[in-house]
Amino acid sequence: MTGDVAVLGAGMHPWGKWGRSFTEYGVVAARAALADAGLEWPAVQLVVGADTVRGGYPGYVAGATFAQALGWQGARVTSVYAACASGAQAINAARAQLLAGMADVALVVGADAAPKGFFAPAGGDRPDDPDWLRFRILGAVNPAYFGLYARRRMALYGDTTEDFAQVKVKNAAAGSLNPNARYRKRVTAQEVAASAVVADPLRLLDICATSDGAAALVLSTLDFARRHGSSSPVRISAVSTVTPTYPKTVLDLPDFATDSAVAVEPPAVGFRASIAAAAYEEAGIGPEDLDLAEVYDLSTALELEWYEDLGLCAGGEGAKLLRGGATALGGRIPVNVSGGLASFGEAVPAQAIAQVCELVGQLRGRAGERQVPGARVGITANQGLFGHGSSVVVIR
Amino acid sequence: MARERERTPVVDGWFTDDADAPDGFRLLGTRCRSCGSVFFPRQDSHCRNPACGATALEEVPLSPRGRVWSCTDVRYRPPAPYASDPGRPWEPYTLVAVELAAERMVVLGQAAPGVGVADLPVGAEVEVVPGVLAEDEERVWTTWHWRPVEGGAR
Repeated sequence: MTGDVAVLGAGMHPWGKWGRSFTEYGVVAARAALADAGLEWPAVQLVVGADTVRGGYPGYVAGATFAQALGWQGARVTSVYAACASGAQAINAARAQLLAGMADVALVVGADAAPKGFFAPAGGDRPDDPDWLRFRILGAVNPAYFGLYARRRMALYGDTTEDFAQVKVKNAAAGSLNPNARYRKRVTAQEVAASAVVADPLRLLDICATSDGAAALVLSTLDFARRHGSSSPVRISAVSTVTPTYPKTVLDLPDFATDSAVAVEPPAVGFRASIAAAAYEEAGIGPEDLDLAEVYDLSTALELEWYEDLGLCAGGEGAKLLRGGATALGGRIPVNVSGGLASFGEAVPAQAIAQVCELVGQLRGRAGERQVPGARVGITANQGLFGHGSSVVVIR
Repeated sequence: MARERERTPVVDGWFTDDADAPDGFRLLGTRCRSCGSVFFPRQDSHCRNPACGATALEEVPLSPRGRVWSCTDVRYRPPAPYASDPGRPWEPYTLVAVELAAERMVVLGQAAPGVGVADLPVGAEVEVVPGVLAEDEERVWTTWHWRPVEGGAR
């Protein structure tokens, strides 16, 4: 088992389409996290940036970009990229250096400024890049993959478009209570059903938007936290960053095909479930210990897959769990009480950090109307393009 | 007189030239000579089975038929580099993921024009056929399409 690190502070810049640079959002989130921690920026010994591919060169060196923007003070720097999993990678990079004794206190920041419409691949003629090729040859935008998964669920498990709509209804209700969410209006199933089909069977309101936003955490060693006067801080007790096991038999973005299982039997546990399994194992807990979860609802249907992959219910029973109200606020295991991507839209490198910010607020008992009573253990789950697992266990 | 436009595969080496393939049109993958793992898109330098890693792979045509794993459609114009004329109204098309039994893999592709999601229930039998992805002044860009097998199992 790996050692824990303390979360001293969490901060966010509200999600939206603000038309400014990712750096500006990141600085706001970083300052909010530092204020929450009761620390001045010069006290930070390590800054870790989750990169964005949409901010030009400064986006590829996000750690240094944020360090410069906050004012050079000599801290160590690390910048990481892992698509949607960048935030978890940034948290893990900070954790590893704290546990290795290379720093006592670290600032982790992720921020993005997203263009309107579908995400597109990087520019230029790049026939060796599968992400470029899937647009060139198939026009396979991200929601197309979400549509494939959703229809598969309908055929295999009997999920309905009404079930998918109810995920949006649930998450929008929670998001209406979150001042950092971009969409703060409750949504009805009728409104989902009346929205335009984007990738059959999914409609516009089943699919998450792309947003501007930023999230930051101040992490420290448990010793530093004690010296700082925080004797029982919220702690990160696991960060799963696993890759798939060959043969990967689920079609993920930006794949043209799965691996072939002709020579090697597929692993007993699929990729998404293996992400959670690694987090549970590292934290020494299981799904029965959870009080809440934040999962990556890129689409409404995908949230139901995460229920199963986290072990909140058996395979194929995600919709049943939802229908019984277990995953709503007040239910047995509330999921996405932040409002989820349904209410935020995705700000790629910030999102996995934002998931942890929500858990920190919940475990401190400061989530206001969204509070899950007595929450002590939470998990985040997410998956980055090109095979990046991302799951963080937060405990109090 | 209209100039004959050159038929150009949108990507090299992923499917047969529809004009002279002896077994008909096929997707092309590679197979490891050592462990038998199959790869699509083609993997030429080495086998990605972590227990193998051999460097000798041979080109193989993939099964011409498979069953629908799932499908969806693209209702809004994708961004570049997808080729489409922004001056013309967008016409949605269908994407289908096809399970190939012999290769034990799922392969994605566009459905043939006019084939909608209602024509492709999960489990239905489909076959690969030559298709046209886009046309411009110099070229006709060719690709692969999937279409339901007439009288095939549903």
